[in-house]
Amino acid sequence: MERPLELIIEALLFASSKPLSPQEIHKCLPEAPIPDIRAALTGLQETYAAMERSFSLKEVAEGYQIRTRSAYAPYVLRMLRSSPARLSRAALETLAIIAYKQPIIRQEIEQFRGVDAGGILRTLLEKDLIRIMGRKTLPGRPLIYGTTKKFLEVFDLKDLESLPKLKELKEFGSGDEAAVHMPEEEGQIETSEENEPPATDGQGRLFPEEQ
Amino acid sequence: MDYEVKLEIFEGPLDLLVHLIHKNEVDIFDIPITTITEQYLAYLDMMKALNISVAGDFLVMAATLIHIKSKMLLPGSDEDGEEEDPRDEITRPLLEYMRLKEAAQALSERELLGRDVFSRQDVSWDDGEPGSDEPQLNVSLFQLIDAFRRIMEKDQPGAVMMTFRHEKWSVKEKCQLIISFLKQKPEMLFEEIFSQDRKVPEFIVTFLALLELVHIGLVKVFQPSYGNSEIRLIANFDINGTEDIYINPDLSPVNGSRHGETA
Repeated sequence: MERPLELIIEALLFASSKPLSPQEIHKCLPEAPIPDIRAALTGLQETYAAMERSFSLKEVAEGYQIRTRSAYAPYVLRMLRSSPARLSRAALETLAIIAYKQPIIRQEIEQFRGVDAGGILRTLLEKDLIRIMGRKTLPGRPLIYGTTKKFLEVFDLKDLESLPKLKELKEFGSGDEAAVHMPEEEGQIETSEENEPPATDGQGRLFPEEQ
Repeated sequence: MDYEVKLEIFEGPLDLLVHLIHKNEVDIFDIPITTITEQYLAYLDMMKALNISVAGDFLVMAATLIHIKSKMLLPGSDEDGEEEDPRDEITRPLLEYMRLKEAAQALSERELLGRDVFSRQDVSWDDGEPGSDEPQLNVSLFQLIDAFRRIMEKDQPGAVMMTFRHEKWSVKEKCQLIISFLKQKPEMLFEEIFSQDRKVPEFIVTFLALLELVHIGLVKVFQPSYGNSEIRLIANFDINGTEDIYINPDLSPVNGSRHGETA
């Protein structure tokens, strides 16, 4: 190769508006084996970190993307003349339910929050943060929801496995700022432990429990 | 008369309960049901007094709380530890809710794209590049049906004979086929999805499959310009397939006993 691999990759990353996976880079650079590409990506990450630039190379949505660092957000926003992208608390909670419990149907989402989710689901779909994964074999064949690649991109997640772990249920009992123990009763804590599903199987596999 | 409204707007009964639990600084595993029920009902009264319509969900929860309270008063249920605590009925959903609330909080504290961190914006200025931008013209269902009719007329001249033997084609398979076409070629002509179809019912199943894909948002249909009857399909998913696509296992009931149902 005539030019250093790291720099070629840097050029691709610099010009790309979406995260590039090592495989995608490999398609543009068939002569470079994927392990070399990975090494170069790590090299770039380290270089940027060492240089303390205003940007860093982030691993998101199973790819790599150059992003400005958060300290510079106010200036970038001024340049873009926009206000920071934001989601309402309700939308965020709904999104969290979908992220952790996918694949999930609307009725289940509504059970978690105890409120109608129709409007919020529409907003999230419009923002491309969630997607329809199919329909469930239930009366009315309800739509099944899951998160999108865009969700991973926006929330700075490498993949679904890197979602922050859900807190253990028993952790809510004490230790929180608010929770002053009323009469201390041992044994009560166990009551809610058993219904603890694993956060997600990552693949968002569809209802294996079916029938 | 001056009203001082100190109401936080709660989105649902669970939201309100979480608030009451925090406000009273009580242990979620040992909810003082009498206090919480009273405060909950007081809140509902306040909502009524302020003419805020109380959603049915709030009333259901009120009934549940009162029910739990009455159960707590019954003897026997508290005797041995094995007995289920009547409060579990609300403790569990509450815990689950609080947990997801925290998860939501944790998510929002990450470095969000468009809020904390920024990436290069899409700079494609070349209109001819579909997929990166919104299609120029969306197609209505009627235009699609027209296009479908044209295909049917072209390929099946004369009278259309419909024979239904047994089901050979399923919408699900056709969905998968269209997806696989689009994976090879993210933008294609409407006609092309029918390239393997031979029989009238097969065309119809393919068409239904396309409608389903458009409905669930995996495929976008557009027309390059007015007056041009050409209709194009574009993949609205990641064609490199890192994001798995479920053409839903049950578009047509494979394992069920129902038969012949389509989208």
